Amino acid sequence: MSAAPTTVDCLGLACPIPVVRLARAVATVEVGGVVELLADDPGARVDIPVWCRLKDQQLLAQHDRPEGGWVFQVRRAR
Amino acid sequence: MWTRQSTEGRGVWTRQSTEPVPGLRSPTGGLDGGGPSSAGGLGGGGPSSGVAGNAGMAGGATVTAMSGAETYLDAASTTPLHPLAREAMIEAADGFGDPSRLYGRARRARMLLDRSRERLAAAVGAAPDELVLTSGGTEAANLAVTGLARAARRRRHLVVSAVEHTSVLAPARALAANGFEVTEVGVDHTGRVDPDELAAAVRDDTLLVCLQHANHEVGTIQPVREAAEAAHARGALLLVDACQTVGRLPVDMAGLGADLLVASGHKVYGPPGTGFLVASRRARLRPVLVGDERERRRRAGMENLPGAAAMAAAVGARVAEAPGEHDRLAGLSRRLLDGLAAIPEVVVHGDPGRRLPHLVAFSILYIEGEALLLLLDAKGIAVHSGSSCTADTQEPSHVLAAMGAITHGSVRVSFLHDATEADVDHLLEVLPAAVADLREMAELDTQAVERAADGSGEPQRGAPVGREGR
Repeated sequence: MSAAPTTVDCLGLACPIPVVRLARAVATVEVGGVVELLADDPGARVDIPVWCRLKDQQLLAQHDRPEGGWVFQVRRAR
Repeated sequence: MWTRQSTEGRGVWTRQSTEPVPGLRSPTGGLDGGGPSSAGGLGGGGPSSGVAGNAGMAGGATVTAMSGAETYLDAASTTPLHPLAREAMIEAADGFGDPSRLYGRARRARMLLDRSRERLAAAVGAAPDELVLTSGGTEAANLAVTGLARAARRRRHLVVSAVEHTSVLAPARALAANGFEVTEVGVDHTGRVDPDELAAAVRDDTLLVCLQHANHEVGTIQPVREAAEAAHARGALLLVDACQTVGRLPVDMAGLGADLLVASGHKVYGPPGTGFLVASRRARLRPVLVGDERERRRRAGMENLPGAAAMAAAVGARVAEAPGEHDRLAGLSRRLLDGLAAIPEVVVHGDPGRRLPHLVAFSILYIEGEALLLLLDAKGIAVHSGSSCTADTQEPSHVLAAMGAITHGSVRVSFLHDATEADVDHLLEVLPAAVADLREMAELDTQAVERAADGSGEPQRGAPVGREGR
């Protein structure tokens, strides 16, 4: 398992694309691996944390990007 | 000043199971705020109006529109005109007259207006002089919130639930920017306000507590009676938005403990452009529309007499008819939920028990709600998507967001009084393939984005299920 997180760039893309791409990326990393998602769709701010809870994946961090949008760090928990 | 009382994500996923709702239970008794039915008080109601209504309504949810056969599953947005409402509307339009004048024609208009008002008031357990006729639910809600605040002296605080209709939230927001304090109370993952939390938000300087009877997006019935007790204990008033429940569930001012009540005509088989506010004598209002002294100086402007007569006929008929339809509609909702269980990755929204019988809301993961809506429309099915993934409104549904629910891929199905199992089956026949198609498109789209990103570093915009132009 590599230490560097997989980054998924969904800037400029509307829902549900960020959730779709996050789901796919999480499925491709090993358990314990981290996916970093960049998104600026307002729906993503709501849906990414909810998706993590629904799917029992761990939202490690969520913070604002200075350029706009958010960074979500999601650890594959199962 | 606007403050959110609850911490983000409060108890949303711990309070109850996050498992998809297994099925609806018919809310037998214990309906919050479901007071005694006021059907008996309907002027000229009686058995005949119920029979005439049932017999006369256009058959089935499959109505023939200009575009052809349609399975209409969006009753929570608007409803067709009740035949008795149409009759009353034409009659009132033909017998035109200004109710504020003094000659015979005008007096006849006044009498019809009074009769309509009495009938509407009786339907919700109000006194006729408490009722203000408006252009709809939106105006009624605006008048309630703004009009009450304008008449207020010392009390400068409002409590609103996070899932109120925007016609309540927007005027509250305007007040928050003008010296009032507003406390927004959150909801659990079923969309329901915690009555204790709401009670804790009420203060000695609270003017008004706003809590809908049932939510318009997910159908959850709110603890209105508890909210009334909390409001009244501190001398505050309760505004109940009953746009989704008048003519569907028992609505009674005393039973709900409401001081103000908002209703819409077109959501209860009356005409669009009609609605009313009940403002009890405890609720002092300054008008929003000014210019004359009509509606006891609470709403200026010529009364919409054909509209009022039609709304009164519709509400009277629906209050009589709705109880007999309740269990059948709840059965259709169960049938739909059973069918949805076959589609992978569907999350059902709302409270499994305390809910509107005719409304089912859910989110289908990984698809765009409006894209689905268009595919269903092409198959002659009309549903609503709560997803606001459109160019003009970029914010996700405030209701689903407050619930901590998935906001993309959201669908609201709401049945007309005469919806059939065939309507549900039509939807269930079309839905799985539409969902599969959209998921495939999303998959292809993400691949295209990746290819574009690999090639130029610039993500491809305007993809099939994405939003064009930001």
